[in-house]
Amino acid sequence: MSILELGIEVAGTYVATIAFGILLNIPRRALNLGGWVGVIGFLLYRGIVLVGGGYVVGNLLGAVWIGLASLQVARWKHMPMILFNIPALVPLVPGGQAYQMIKYFALGQNSTAFTYLLQVVMISGSIAFGFLLSEMVNRLRQRGLRRHR
Amino acid sequence: MAVKRKRDQLILHTALTAGRIMIENGSEIERVEDTMTRIAVNAGAKTSQLFVMITGILMSLDGDVGAQIQPIKRRTFDLEKISVVNDLSRQFAEKKITLAAFANRLDHLDATSKYFPFWLQLLASALVSGPLEVVFRHNLPDFWITCVVGMLGWSVFYVISKYVPIRFMAEFASAVTIGVLAVWSQHFGLGNSVDDIIIGSVMPLVPGVPITNSVRDILAGNLVSGPARGIEALVSAAAIGFGIAMVLQFL
Repeated sequence: MSILELGIEVAGTYVATIAFGILLNIPRRALNLGGWVGVIGFLLYRGIVLVGGGYVVGNLLGAVWIGLASLQVARWKHMPMILFNIPALVPLVPGGQAYQMIKYFALGQNSTAFTYLLQVVMISGSIAFGFLLSEMVNRLRQRGLRRHR
Repeated sequence: MAVKRKRDQLILHTALTAGRIMIENGSEIERVEDTMTRIAVNAGAKTSQLFVMITGILMSLDGDVGAQIQPIKRRTFDLEKISVVNDLSRQFAEKKITLAAFANRLDHLDATSKYFPFWLQLLASALVSGPLEVVFRHNLPDFWITCVVGMLGWSVFYVISKYVPIRFMAEFASAVTIGVLAVWSQHFGLGNSVDDIIIGSVMPLVPGVPITNSVRDILAGNLVSGPARGIEALVSAAAIGFGIAMVLQFL
């Protein structure tokens, strides 16, 4: 993969994250940062896939990273966390696999469709679990901060 | 006594309105509970009892004012309003605005809230579709047609969800539109790959808010609201899938 392709992917992720934020009517001052949170999560996912870590680990760590980064940004800007993590998650959604699954089910090729179904379940499960992990880390940190005060 | 009663009434009204606005626009339950408790504490109520669900809120204060219920009838996604309620609650905690002013602002929030203009939302839906098609499929020549198909599909979604009060109908109809347009665009030589165009174009319809909130609610221990939102996300994803499958079957 060349640098140009990576650049196109990063630009695409940034634009798409911001545009999804506009569809959800996110406040204007949160849009730019939300876009960068999305880019960072996507880059981590892409890097792990390129190194050979596999889709599941890539999505898991990408989701963990998005969760942690969006809490950090939310604290810094005094805004709710969901403004940042919902748009940032969109580039990780397994849209391609979900579409292939539906296509092969519609065409009656069930065995191919089941392969894709398995991929969709694995990827969305790993994203959900990544969110869960980041949420746990966030809660532990909040508890730690409260105890120190 | 009458003064205290009136004040308690106002506290309940403010907290319940804030909670209703937040749930209606896609906030997670824990944040609603947190905000409502904060409002009550900052307004001087000693204790408050809360029962927050995705379809309604019940709240009571100690004193002679009874508990009050606020049903929640509709659910949309407007994260700006959540952010506004959050800001107002912060200002109230710092004593920059009074309780009466807070209640007044909340009452008028539904009327005065500003959406992005329609043309910008259309542009945004195009800019979700096209770039994600390139990111997922690396198919640069189909970028423009994916933008157009995604924009048309999303505008069908917008119009139907505004004027037809049946849930999940909008997702289904716009998925069918996207499928038909994608097949036609390949037929007339505007695009190369039906698959790639459809994958990009359905991205603006992804139920991102329910998915995220479902995970967060379940983790916070709201075992009724979390799975309920999960079902919402699953059904709208299924509606999109059936729409696409129908087109692929017939064309």
